[in-house]
Amino acid sequence: MTLELKNIVKAFKSDVVLDGVSLSVATGETLVLFGPSGAGKTVLLRLIAGVIDPDEGTIRIAGRDMAGVEPEDRGIGMAFQNFALFPHMDATENIAAPLTAKKMGKQQIAHTVEKVAKMLKIDHVLHHKPKELSNGQKQRTALARALSGEPDILLLDDPLRNVDAKLRFEMRLELPRLLKSQQATVIYVTQDYKEAMALGDRIAVMNGHGIQQIGTPRDIYMSPANLEIARLFGDPVINLLDVTPERSERGVQVMLSGQPLVIDAGFAHAIGQSCVLGIRPEALQFVPEGTPGAIPVQIETEAPLNEKTVTLALTKNRREVMISRPSGTEAPSSGTAWVIADVTNIHLFDRTSGDRIEPGQSAAVQGAA
Amino acid sequence: METVNPIERVLRGVAITLVILFFMFPILWIVLMSFQTNETILRMPPSVVFTPTIENYQALITGKLETSAGILEIAFMKNLFNSFFLSTASVAIGLVLGVPAAYAFARLKFKGSEDIAFTLLSFRFAPPLLVLLPLTIYFQQLGLANTYGGLIWVYQLIVLPLILWIVRGYFEDIPADVEYAYRIAGHSWGATFRKIALPLAGPGIAAAALLAFIFAWNNFVFALVLASADKQPVTVGALAFVTASGIQYGQIAAGIVLSIAPTFALALYAQRYLVEGLSLGAVKG
Repeated sequence: MTLELKNIVKAFKSDVVLDGVSLSVATGETLVLFGPSGAGKTVLLRLIAGVIDPDEGTIRIAGRDMAGVEPEDRGIGMAFQNFALFPHMDATENIAAPLTAKKMGKQQIAHTVEKVAKMLKIDHVLHHKPKELSNGQKQRTALARALSGEPDILLLDDPLRNVDAKLRFEMRLELPRLLKSQQATVIYVTQDYKEAMALGDRIAVMNGHGIQQIGTPRDIYMSPANLEIARLFGDPVINLLDVTPERSERGVQVMLSGQPLVIDAGFAHAIGQSCVLGIRPEALQFVPEGTPGAIPVQIETEAPLNEKTVTLALTKNRREVMISRPSGTEAPSSGTAWVIADVTNIHLFDRTSGDRIEPGQSAAVQGAA
Repeated sequence: METVNPIERVLRGVAITLVILFFMFPILWIVLMSFQTNETILRMPPSVVFTPTIENYQALITGKLETSAGILEIAFMKNLFNSFFLSTASVAIGLVLGVPAAYAFARLKFKGSEDIAFTLLSFRFAPPLLVLLPLTIYFQQLGLANTYGGLIWVYQLIVLPLILWIVRGYFEDIPADVEYAYRIAGHSWGATFRKIALPLAGPGIAAAALLAFIFAWNNFVFALVLASADKQPVTVGALAFVTASGIQYGQIAAGIVLSIAPTFALALYAQRYLVEGLSLGAVKG
């Protein structure tokens, strides 16, 4: 089923949460709604589910306007962040809720519940009440309940938020396969960029009352639309340094700790503009002293982060930068070191608006000529 | 687990014993009185040693009160039945009207909902005597005076606000998401009320019903004014023991024992519902 939102506006009292949100999701697609808390992700999900109504705008499911359509008639499955299991029913009854609504036969219900429970590995706790379930089992029960009715549209509100790190990691690997097997249109809300990258066919980044960027995980990571998005995606966070591009004999350059860094000639239109240069920690590399273009840094500390090692260092101007490298590789761990930036992997943002500055096409052609 | 030191445990035991003595002594004394004759009750100094007699209960159940002035007819059993009938019917109607109303006040924020809810509560503020006088006149004109229907109606003044406000709180404590989840699963609004809201608020509804029953049972003034002998509950009927030839303490005590027994039993039975934790384990705070 396709899902289409058009110019959705929602305010609670005078507090505008969503201001003109438009979105369309194709059949079978998994769209991740990503953003900090308070960005309106959950509200948007509830609008789609029909438990609250938009002030303005239309929601269409499979082309049908959903205004005035009750939640039970929308063909939706939803998993809540707080699980929202029925406390007085055991796991079986919880999972069977969408099936009893369809007036299915007892045997068929039992069979379906069994199947879904097996898939989610909770078939051994089916007769337990929610309060006897661990957090992970609750989360799986909630997910099973959302899946069992085989809804056309699946809304998952940060289902991994309240589970421990190990389970979250497992589920992050398991979920994409599970969601694909359902063939449902999925909207997945999360605050974790890794989850967003792992699960989304596309990601919609929400911030400040609306959607700021929609694209594939690669698009969002490689060309974030603004400073905020660049900061939200990536761990450790992107290094952001104030620069002003200037003309040099080799094209366009920025000065980093007194060292010129030549950037894409396409940035010529940004010359003289106050900018922020974004360099991902993995785009910085330690090099031997004397390498052309190398910038001296003072190493402060280093720490392992998953499969990476991150070094925190200070530039000559006392600005903090982070350099990441695969764990196990050699690098200086104290004193002065030299780093070089990968110019093909940098981002330029306008300092006042925070918007991304794209390298201009005309300038690139000019450079080629 | 915290460890309790022995002295603290002893002190706690003493304190609990004192409290139980304080509250249970009158009941114990009444029970003892109910097995004594007026003479043993009134002797000085009072004593707990006596030969028990069941003549008080006999008199109540047969309806024949033997006094020095002769045999007096009393309608205690009839009164007891009236109390039962009036309280049960009032609470039943109160639940039928109050529980859906409480749900509406808890879940639907419609215009003026707070005002209506408060108005209903305000019935409890007015002294009953204030409404009784006009009510008596209306009831006589409407032909409701001295009818069960009329009394049950007036009892709603006691029962309905109580049920409404207690149950509303319990409905509000149910996370809205749990109800949303059931509706999204494909169930109608009505089914959600029956299968989710009602069972989850069950202990609260039981508590409210029990309290309402006790309040209705203990009511005196409405029944005194609006009911005559054959519709009177025990609270009013007990006045019959104050006779021309003296106050029949033994029978009053027996009457009290019989009339508190049902509410006492009900409270004991419902205790587990009242105490049963309402912590909804399925939702993380």
